[in-house]
Amino acid sequence: MRLLLNGASIDAEVRTLADLLESEGFGDAKVATAVNGTFVPAAERGQHELHLGDAVEVLAPMQGG
Amino acid sequence: MRAFYGTTLANGFMLGTAQYPSPAILADAFQRSGASVATVSLRRESGQDRAGQDFWQLIRDLDVHVLPNTAGCHSVKEAVTTAHMAREVFGTKWIKLEVIGEEDTLQPDVFGLLEAARILSEDGFQVFPYTTEDLVVADRLLHVGCEVLMPWGAPIGSGRGLNNVFGLRAMRAHFPDVPLVIDAGLGLPSQAARAMEMGFDAILLNTAVAKAGDPAAMAEAFGIAIRAGQLARMADPMEPRDMAAPSTPVIGKAFLE
Repeated sequence: MRLLLNGASIDAEVRTLADLLESEGFGDAKVATAVNGTFVPAAERGQHELHLGDAVEVLAPMQGG
Repeated sequence: MRAFYGTTLANGFMLGTAQYPSPAILADAFQRSGASVATVSLRRESGQDRAGQDFWQLIRDLDVHVLPNTAGCHSVKEAVTTAHMAREVFGTKWIKLEVIGEEDTLQPDVFGLLEAARILSEDGFQVFPYTTEDLVVADRLLHVGCEVLMPWGAPIGSGRGLNNVFGLRAMRAHFPDVPLVIDAGLGLPSQAARAMEMGFDAILLNTAVAKAGDPAAMAEAFGIAIRAGQLARMADPMEPRDMAAPSTPVIGKAFLE
């Protein structure tokens, strides 16, 4: 199914947000996630089903002022 | 020093982690600064290079308090969502809340800031709002749950120092019990010392250190200045006066005419 991952269009055969993170190489990385602009806590990723066209944001610690 | 949501810091230096020439220089700057807080952010991660993971390890090794920000957010929704993501990743209730309202000055959108601060405070966050020296806005921020205020010294990254000394003095006088942090706009250690002498509790800065020719040396200079300003404030400075007053005793002076 076609998804937007951090602004880039991808094809991923996944059911849940947790599946997507695993398939895209995030594994055990320390990240936070949002789908269509709404925060999805780590504990809910396994139940959060993705749908065609969903915009997924995967954020990690970065330099900041 | 006043506590920040119950946390007493070792000193009043909060240092940003952006724009350094290298991670090693960043680490060196922190070590020489003695800063007790590091500000951090969240950005898109790649599943391939996972750059954020290395950065997070570097920050953990600094052994300082971490203050995540919502830098770059222009709406309440964006800022609130970013704060939730930061709380999960960094494991802290602290959030440096920025809702930017204007691109040329990066001035805070105080209306959005107030609404975001209310939402986040109700949700258990400990909000450090990046605001102006406006006393009415400051009072409203306190009413919605903020226990710390962070007025700007000057526009972010400008290095102009304390643009409105009168307004900042008024803020300090108006909120004598509220921890106040000068956030952004400083360029030189003397400006930080002055703010601390005025009674501010901490200084948050980034660009002045990261963009110096020798960031680690500048970080140390700011650390010394902030400590000097704090000590001077605690030492109860003399009142300035218009006319001269001799410091050397006149009594006992020889008559040599």
